[in-house]
Amino acid sequence: MTTQNIQLWEVFIRSRNGLAHKHVGSLHAVDATLALQAARDIYTRRGEGLSIWVVPSNAIVASDPAEKGMMFEPAMSKIYRHPTFYDVPDEVGHM
Amino acid sequence: MTVASIKVTESPLVLYVLRRADDALILGHRLSEWCGHAPMMEEDMALANMGLDLIGQARELYTYAAKVEDAGNDEDKYAYLRDVRQYRNLLLVEQPNGDFARTIVRQFFYSAFADLYWRAMMKSKDETLAAIAAKSEKESAYHLRHTSEWMIRLGDGTDESHRRAQTAIDDLWAFTGELFHADQSDAGLISAGVATDPESLRDRWIDTVSNVLSVATLKRPASDWMQKGGRTGNHTEHLGHLLSELQSMQRTFPGATW
Repeated sequence: MTTQNIQLWEVFIRSRNGLAHKHVGSLHAVDATLALQAARDIYTRRGEGLSIWVVPSNAIVASDPAEKGMMFEPAMSKIYRHPTFYDVPDEVGHM
Repeated sequence: MTVASIKVTESPLVLYVLRRADDALILGHRLSEWCGHAPMMEEDMALANMGLDLIGQARELYTYAAKVEDAGNDEDKYAYLRDVRQYRNLLLVEQPNGDFARTIVRQFFYSAFADLYWRAMMKSKDETLAAIAAKSEKESAYHLRHTSEWMIRLGDGTDESHRRAQTAIDDLWAFTGELFHADQSDAGLISAGVATDPESLRDRWIDTVSNVLSVATLKRPASDWMQKGGRTGNHTEHLGHLLSELQSMQRTFPGATW
């Protein structure tokens, strides 16, 4: 068997209740059921997870690295969008 | 230099526990032989994971057998210092890996039994065995699920995968009868509620196997002729080769640690 023609899946693991699923890597599997099992076998061997999502890699729409100027640079100069211009009253404590 | 085999006093409970421990160790060792050789990396990990589950079960069972026997033996001595005629595992689990389909079929036959067996053993009157069963049951349930999915994909996959899966089923079928065999030594443990009567699991095992084979478009062999002997140390020619590798270090360098 060769893995060349086997579909690629992205794996997301939620490590604890209340946290978001986080991308941990990818794997090859012939279908969704085996992808979920492979994710369990590869990415949760050390007790990393309580929940697994697998998503076909080709279902992900990605930004084009060549367009990063247009996509991301305009935000660089908008430092006022960072919430660092407010005085937080002492009574609020740690935010 | 080689080191002599240990002597084991096989009271019914020691023998019973050693038989299950040997099943787990030998099958776990077989799976470990795939490490680095599986058809794809994902399955390499899956097979190694199952192997580690089984070796973990073996360790707990050997440790318990050592405690019951109380003769100075331990898990390492049982594993490394018994010769082939002292091993008590099922013939099924010592059969060679063959191709991927054969490994999956062997694991499927065993796991379909182990899933039922450990679930039943959670009610054992022996507290240690019940505790080992509770842990092992979750592992076996996953092994059954994983191998069932592969049975279906191999059987209902390509002509070649179907042929390989069916050949493995036909070749290994005769080793499945031993799963349900209990002998005189087991009888007292079964009547005392320490052990489950394996015969009581047969119908459900047949159901599980038949259902998966049917979805997989594979055929259950018609033959009812069954091979046995592993429980009394009469093994196929394959176990000696396996043990020579498994035991080579301790036989050559007795007591070596690292």
